[in-house]
Amino acid sequence: MKASFLIGATVTCLAGGVQATEIEVTHWWTSGGEAAAVAEFAKAFDASGNKWVDGAIAGSGGVARPVMISRITGRDPMGATQFNHGQQAQELVEAGLMRSLEEVAQADGWRDVVHPASILKSCEIDGQIYCVPVNIHSQLWLWLSNAAFEKAGLPVPKDWNELVAAAPKLREAGIQPLVIGQQPWQAGLVLQNLIAAVAGPEIYGKVLSEKNLEAVDGPEMAKVFEALQTARELSTGSNVQEWNQATAMIINGTAGGQIMGDWAQGEFAIAEQVAGKDYTCLPALGMGEIVSTGGDAFYFPKVDDPAITKAQEDLARVMISPEAQVAFNLKKGSMPVRGDVNLDAANDCMRKGLDVLANGAIVEAQDQALSADASTQFNDLMIQFFNQPDMTTEDAKAGLKDILEFDS
Amino acid sequence: MAKSRASGRPFRLFRNINAKLAAIPMILTAMVVFVGFSAWTITYSFTRSRLLPKLDFVGLGQYERLWASDKWLISIQNLVIFGICMLVLSFVIGFLLACLLDQKIRFEGVFRTILLYPFALSFVVTGLVWQWILNPDFGIQSIIRGMGWQSFTFDPLNDGRIVIFGVVIAALWQGTGFVMVLMLAGLRGIDDEIWKASRVDGVPAWKTYLFVVVPMLRPVFVTTLVIVTAGIVKVYDLVVAQTGGGPGIASEVPAKYVYDQMFLNQNLGQGFAASTMMLLTVAIIIIPWAYLEFGGRRRG
Repeated sequence: MKASFLIGATVTCLAGGVQATEIEVTHWWTSGGEAAAVAEFAKAFDASGNKWVDGAIAGSGGVARPVMISRITGRDPMGATQFNHGQQAQELVEAGLMRSLEEVAQADGWRDVVHPASILKSCEIDGQIYCVPVNIHSQLWLWLSNAAFEKAGLPVPKDWNELVAAAPKLREAGIQPLVIGQQPWQAGLVLQNLIAAVAGPEIYGKVLSEKNLEAVDGPEMAKVFEALQTARELSTGSNVQEWNQATAMIINGTAGGQIMGDWAQGEFAIAEQVAGKDYTCLPALGMGEIVSTGGDAFYFPKVDDPAITKAQEDLARVMISPEAQVAFNLKKGSMPVRGDVNLDAANDCMRKGLDVLANGAIVEAQDQALSADASTQFNDLMIQFFNQPDMTTEDAKAGLKDILEFDS
Repeated sequence: MAKSRASGRPFRLFRNINAKLAAIPMILTAMVVFVGFSAWTITYSFTRSRLLPKLDFVGLGQYERLWASDKWLISIQNLVIFGICMLVLSFVIGFLLACLLDQKIRFEGVFRTILLYPFALSFVVTGLVWQWILNPDFGIQSIIRGMGWQSFTFDPLNDGRIVIFGVVIAALWQGTGFVMVLMLAGLRGIDDEIWKASRVDGVPAWKTYLFVVVPMLRPVFVTTLVIVTAGIVKVYDLVVAQTGGGPGIASEVPAKYVYDQMFLNQNLGQGFAASTMMLLTVAIIIIPWAYLEFGGRRRG
């Protein structure tokens, strides 16, 4: 891994005059499905006469991003690099370290093909487009284990409220009603979901995107905090760390439900589970037609070499091309960033997501709405709430207001 | 000192010139790396630096946020608990083990190797190993329940109130052997005559250890103290591997807070403020001690 990383770096440096078509692409997609998905991009890019040098960084975004950032700020840039679109790379752009893709975007009419438009908006800083969005991951999903409800002798819930009502029976049957992994971001997802589902997309936008403190005090948010309290009761006793361990509990029927992004589908697919039969997926906790537009994007550091600059443009074009979008997103289990492609091979849950994306409400993901600083604090606040039974919803509300106030 | 005055050289600066020249690179490194970068860090801790350092001063803003943050307060509290437990327990256990090994037992080499072995493992490996050992589903708890004691509960890593002691157990397992070896080396340096004298006087062995040997081991204790304390202040990888700071934020430590702020939160200013506080704390402990230890002797 490390060796390939170093070789990649050397190749980019040497590539200069001789064979300028090699560019190194760093990303943190290393799990089975992710690696298969990114290989589709590599294939398509190689077919355009260039050479993709893979710079995968193991770990997660939290591990990979510091490496990427330090290489860019240390003037040892790669050809292209993944970030979550939103505010993660904003300062790098502002410091003039990233190149603008405005010309390519205008020439190819990205603003017309990318759907929803808010995705491209996240790439835009001062009217210039700085990244290629490659996929949409909605983080607003509730995953339910059909086997668990069968064991408890209950019908599979159709929304959050039914899950709450079913919880005592699940406990009796020795089943964990709601499983939440112990990593802070997973707890953050829960509040994000509850705001979208219980308070609705409008309040979600007011609270997270506009950071409106009055909305936090409003009656809708009071219901959200009540639901948060319930979620804590439902999740008491869940001790797993990683999100996929939690998903494994849904798969083997030891837990009733999990709130997680649509990447959980990959786990169900590997376990050969069938949507609707073995597990059930509910967008926005089954309480509305809402998706959030989190996802990944590629940014291109500024380099002087014209050959590399040209290859960067080629790569940007490849990534957003309809063919690569379909091939990549089918493997990744995410939704394409353009509405004009055909995803016949998508499974039931993904189709549900695509429907909502086409017709329902769309909200910003946490990474888009909040800065990295606020986002991490938001997650820390939630993981603390879920682990400290004596922390009241009033404390959580005050904490949330502090974070939003500091970030605006 | 007395000698140099006797030789009466006028320029003390040029005395031992070779050694001084040889030390210059190290002195420069120390000045630039330690003093220079510390000063840089402290300066930027008063700024609003986010992902990149920027000289946009906010006064004590970062420090106000730091001391209002639950995560930081819990980190400090954990460091104090961890530090006290580590110091006391590793010294007591390490010294006891060293005394036991010092009894001219058979297979001493084997025991020494076994006891020192964990020290050869990194904190990451130690953390993972103890995460598994303390896991209620297949660690100690399940083994004891398997032996028939069904109500036995030992699950420190999932209980925020005692999780830090789970970390202490792992750190002790890893570090005590090293303390033991240092102490054993000290014990071996004690003159046999002392043992003979105490035996002639009929002093019990434990009393000799406590009242004669321990005071004589003072230099060894000081060295060990410095090494163990440095390890305590910078504890990071063990926590990351074993608990990830969880459950919740119950096992956060200051070094992890600094890293998280700088690289996850992309908030350099806050990370610098936290690391400055760490430096300050260490300085408050070290400077009076160093003054007593070294300053006093020179005068005497």
